[in-house]
Amino acid sequence: MERVKVTLAVNGREVEAWVTPNQPLSEVLRTDAGQTDVKYGCGEGVCGTCTVLLDGDPVNSCLVFAVQADGAQVTTLRGLLEADGTLGALQQSFLEHGGSQCGFCTPGMVLTAHWYVGGHPDADRDELRAALAGNFCRCTGYGKILDAVEAYAQEAAGGG
Amino acid sequence: MYASPFEYARAGSWAEAVERIADGGEDARAIAGGQSLAPMMMLRMSEPALLVDVGGAAPRAIERRNGTLLVPALARHADLEASAEAWKAFAALPEAAACIGNVRVRHRGTIGGSLAHADPSAELPCVAVAARAHVRTLGPSGERTVPAAELFVSHFTTTLEHGELITHVEVPALREGEGCAFAELVRRPGDFATVEACAVVQLDAGGRCSEARLVVGATADRPLDVTEAIGALRGEEPEAAAEAAARAAAAAVEIGPSAHGSEEYRREMVAVFARRALLAAAARARGEEDGTWSA
Repeated sequence: MERVKVTLAVNGREVEAWVTPNQPLSEVLRTDAGQTDVKYGCGEGVCGTCTVLLDGDPVNSCLVFAVQADGAQVTTLRGLLEADGTLGALQQSFLEHGGSQCGFCTPGMVLTAHWYVGGHPDADRDELRAALAGNFCRCTGYGKILDAVEAYAQEAAGGG
Repeated sequence: MYASPFEYARAGSWAEAVERIADGGEDARAIAGGQSLAPMMMLRMSEPALLVDVGGAAPRAIERRNGTLLVPALARHADLEASAEAWKAFAALPEAAACIGNVRVRHRGTIGGSLAHADPSAELPCVAVAARAHVRTLGPSGERTVPAAELFVSHFTTTLEHGELITHVEVPALREGEGCAFAELVRRPGDFATVEACAVVQLDAGGRCSEARLVVGATADRPLDVTEAIGALRGEEPEAAAEAAARAAAAAVEIGPSAHGSEEYRREMVAVFARRALLAAAARARGEEDGTWSA
């Protein structure tokens, strides 16, 4: 199986990788791009922890072959950090509300919530719950995650 | 999980994709969103030697052309959900698209891929049959148009030839006085359906049903058109007659084996969800609020 060159813009940084066509994007992000903030969970598109934004859309990076993403912009959790490396507002809200316990679901949770609130600034708690329905957490019981996302959404809406 | 090794090629057009797949022979497969094929490959249930990526083969903008909603095969489920034209032309289509998987699956998965994959528990095949949609294809023998009702043969089996690709889905827009709705039973949001129903109801000026269609999915190996079984709706007020019609549909429907419930339970659920779909379709035919099927 020949290797193929893939170029990705990962959190604004250009990454070149020589991949085999059967390598999932999640793996190439973790190994070639060093983005260990991308977690690999179920491997079949159900759990949501491997979520990244591909050209702005949330996708399962475990179900996209890296070759399919050639030329794409990828945002991982670390892409939400502020320019000075401090936590972004939603990440800070997760911290303040106890929205993360073991932390394994957190990257997918935060990215999905960030993407959804960006397009639905007036979302209420039920809508936020529905938006996050595809991201599984086995620790928190979801309440504190929703608290974190709701507080962030209210602040984002209120603060314009 | 790791897919078996394969060669990968990107197709810049449908014609190029057809050619590449023909050259690749039996072990060549097309991939678009890959939300069904990639998991099957990861689980080694599918091991294509050549994967032809059609994701960039054509635009994916959904358009209304006179009386038809023209949905490119590459339109994603999320595109359907967000398409005002789709909600206007045949609301059950975006309504069903919104039930698929999770938000990540809906941003990769395509209508063409879902129909070609022909999972009997998938949402869009059921709606395509109820809508009397047609798929336009391009294959080694050229272009053709296939009614959705003639597309689905059995589990994961369609009447498409090897290397014949769906390029568009043509959905006839509802006419004046018609409404449609999709309703499904799932164990958890995003799961494949345990039972599902798609209804189209036409009301006359007096609010009586002049025509109705009903398709039930997830119970057998393909979507089942049970329109004949609900003939008694005609001339009746939907609220008065939907329950009996749904029961007649449930009695008529073929129920295959399933791990998700007994035949008796699923037949009962067909009655429940067929009634909800019929009533929601009737409400929409009257111009009432959208998205009320769960009421």
